[in-house]
Amino acid sequence: MTTESSGDLATGEPAGASVPLVQLLTPDGERVEHPDYEFDGTDEDIRGFYRDLVLTRRVDAEGVALQRQGELGIWASLLGQEAAQVGSGRAMRPQDYAFPTYREHGVAMCRGVDPVRLLGLFRGADQGSWDAEKHNFHLYTIVIGAQTLHATGYAMGIQRDGAVGDDDGAAVIAYFGDGATSQGDVNEAFIWASVMNAPVVFFCQNNQWAISVPLERQTRIPIYQRAAGFGFPGVRVDGNDVLASYAVTKAALDNARTGNGPTLIEAYTYRMGAHTTTDDPTRYRVAAELDEWKAKDPVSRVRTYLERNDGAADEAFFAAVEVEADELATRIRRETQEMPSPEPTSFFDHVYVEDTPRLTRDREAYAAYLESFDADAAAVGGH
Amino acid sequence: MAPTTLGKALNMGLRKAMEDDPKVLIMGEDVGKLGGVFRITDGLQKDFGEDRVIDTPLAESGIIGTAIGLALRGYRPVCEIQFDGFVWPGYDQIVAQLAKMHYRSQGRLRLPVVVRIPFGGGIGAVEHHSESPEAYFAHTPGLRVVVCSNPVDSYFMIQQAIATDDPVIFFEPKRRYYEKGELDTSITPEPMFQARTVRPGTDLTLVAYGPMVKVALEAASAAEAEGRSLEVIDLRSLSPLDSDTVVASVRRTGRAVIVHEASTTLGIGAELAARVTEECFYSLESPVLRVGGFDTPYPPAKVEEEWLPDLDRVLDAVDRSFGF
Ligand SMILES: Cc1ncc(C[n+]2csc(CCOP(=O)(O)OP(=O)(O)O)c2C)c(N)n1
Ligand SMILES: [Mg+2]
Repeated sequence: MTTESSGDLATGEPAGASVPLVQLLTPDGERVEHPDYEFDGTDEDIRGFYRDLVLTRRVDAEGVALQRQGELGIWASLLGQEAAQVGSGRAMRPQDYAFPTYREHGVAMCRGVDPVRLLGLFRGADQGSWDAEKHNFHLYTIVIGAQTLHATGYAMGIQRDGAVGDDDGAAVIAYFGDGATSQGDVNEAFIWASVMNAPVVFFCQNNQWAISVPLERQTRIPIYQRAAGFGFPGVRVDGNDVLASYAVTKAALDNARTGNGPTLIEAYTYRMGAHTTTDDPTRYRVAAELDEWKAKDPVSRVRTYLERNDGAADEAFFAAVEVEADELATRIRRETQEMPSPEPTSFFDHVYVEDTPRLTRDREAYAAYLESFDADAAAVGGH
Repeated sequence: MAPTTLGKALNMGLRKAMEDDPKVLIMGEDVGKLGGVFRITDGLQKDFGEDRVIDTPLAESGIIGTAIGLALRGYRPVCEIQFDGFVWPGYDQIVAQLAKMHYRSQGRLRLPVVVRIPFGGGIGAVEHHSESPEAYFAHTPGLRVVVCSNPVDSYFMIQQAIATDDPVIFFEPKRRYYEKGELDTSITPEPMFQARTVRPGTDLTLVAYGPMVKVALEAASAAEAEGRSLEVIDLRSLSPLDSDTVVASVRRTGRAVIVHEASTTLGIGAELAARVTEECFYSLESPVLRVGGFDTPYPPAKVEEEWLPDLDRVLDAVDRSFGF
């Protein structure tokens, strides 16, 4: 069990940095033991995580770059949170279901969602074009906290289907941020999950900031300790440690799938970038904080581990991951740039299962209106 | 007098209100150090302190609910909702509590709370950042609802809203935050709950508010080139709705077109069309027409320009009105 350096609960340090957190891989790339959790995978699994982490980070960097170049309206960077997302995402079984916020690009990729789909949303081409039910990965939710209730309800459905109780059971994972813990919806989700004993894992990525608002404006106690008051277990994991994030999430999902109810996981991490590409963090936080967290980088510690342990990975492996990341970046860049904009009249589609007469009429009238411009243009051109 | 952006004028108005009355508080997400995501409260926490400019926890119901409590204790909270689409977690507190307290306390309890909402589209944003929810609030008795459209109004109306003893929902046209105008802070402002004729005309009354006032003025200029004289009215107040100004205009012009970004069905235009029809029936040369957002959720940004009313759609409605 490791302890973070600064802050102290006894002294009233809010949401203390000095509480125990589960860690299985130190920032220096050392594997360490924990009494309650162990990583039961192989070096091959760790190589897989490394690949996921690198690809996730590359997609994120591409998102930022494409926004800068005007190809996206906005991008919400996950820089620094790769391990929390890949660890928890890889802990899911195929039958499990995830409810993300707007920042879960790494989880999306673990669920097999093509990152181009994520970029489409941030480009403004759509509001979520992936097949949620195919990937067991719900659409992004931008309204803070709302999805935690959806996750809980979905978990209640799993319960009613008789799909919990044994090792093959299904479970749900709800993602949200530290800021979200203040929302009524999130607290209601905790209550529902608790009294219903719903098979849901609440996965809070505590990245220390809600835009410009620091953690101590959302809570006076460590977030994971909130769970006790709602009547289910809470645990803080090193969110920059992919092995611990994986092990803790896997245990919680298994707990849920076997009928033992919810868990709150607080993945202690850091938003290394801006809140989104429209944000300017220099207005509200000091650079030293970022430097401190750079030393705990979630990707480099895995690489250090793999490099240090003879045979775990060779140069060819790292080179191959780089090539794959480059190819992925090239592809998503091209496909984003080539992404067609929706047809104007498409916004009339899917308001209801069946169009109302008014929608049908409005669509037709609007199409005719747009055509009248084409006709005007043709007439002008004909002169 | 200096050219000032609409956003800066709001900032100046808030500052003035805080200087004038120590009971005025500002509260919301990111309003302190950051100065709000649109910087409307920029510098206020630095100058008035964290007790008066409060970065709240991330919960809109909490923001409105605690503002109600602070108002009961004699404060005048100005709440910022970060974007239109995030007001809903606070909607219950606004509609079920804020709007009714004065009524059910038989006038004993006053809630001088202002809820500022940047609203409307056209900024290329993702979901929930471009909505026009004003009708939901204007439908609720007990709330006053106003919309500013230019720097001068922004500066004065925010102060007038804060000075109002009823709750005021204050809509700000976010896509016009950076538009500039001359601001003379020494003038005496007009009363707030009143529409204003921003361009006189004789042939048709064009009514708009917030972000659409600019579009309406452009339409009037374009129509003038075709020999049509359009009168443009900036509604400013949606509740109470100053239909008298509109009615007086339509009695002269005989035609009316109402423009807003919000979905057309049951929007402000619907209420206004009903009132105009009731009161100007014998003056009308053609039916009152509405140009609004379509009856769909706000669409993805790549097609928002097609969804939003624009110059062409307003002129098309003007043509239809004359063609009737
Ligand atoms: C109901 C609601 N209110 C406000 C916002 C605006 N907003 C977007 S992200 C954000 C901060 C979220 O912080 P946190 O929950 O910690 O997640 P993070 O962005 O750090 O991942 C805010 C206030 C929103 N999306 N929804
Ligand atoms: Mg956060």
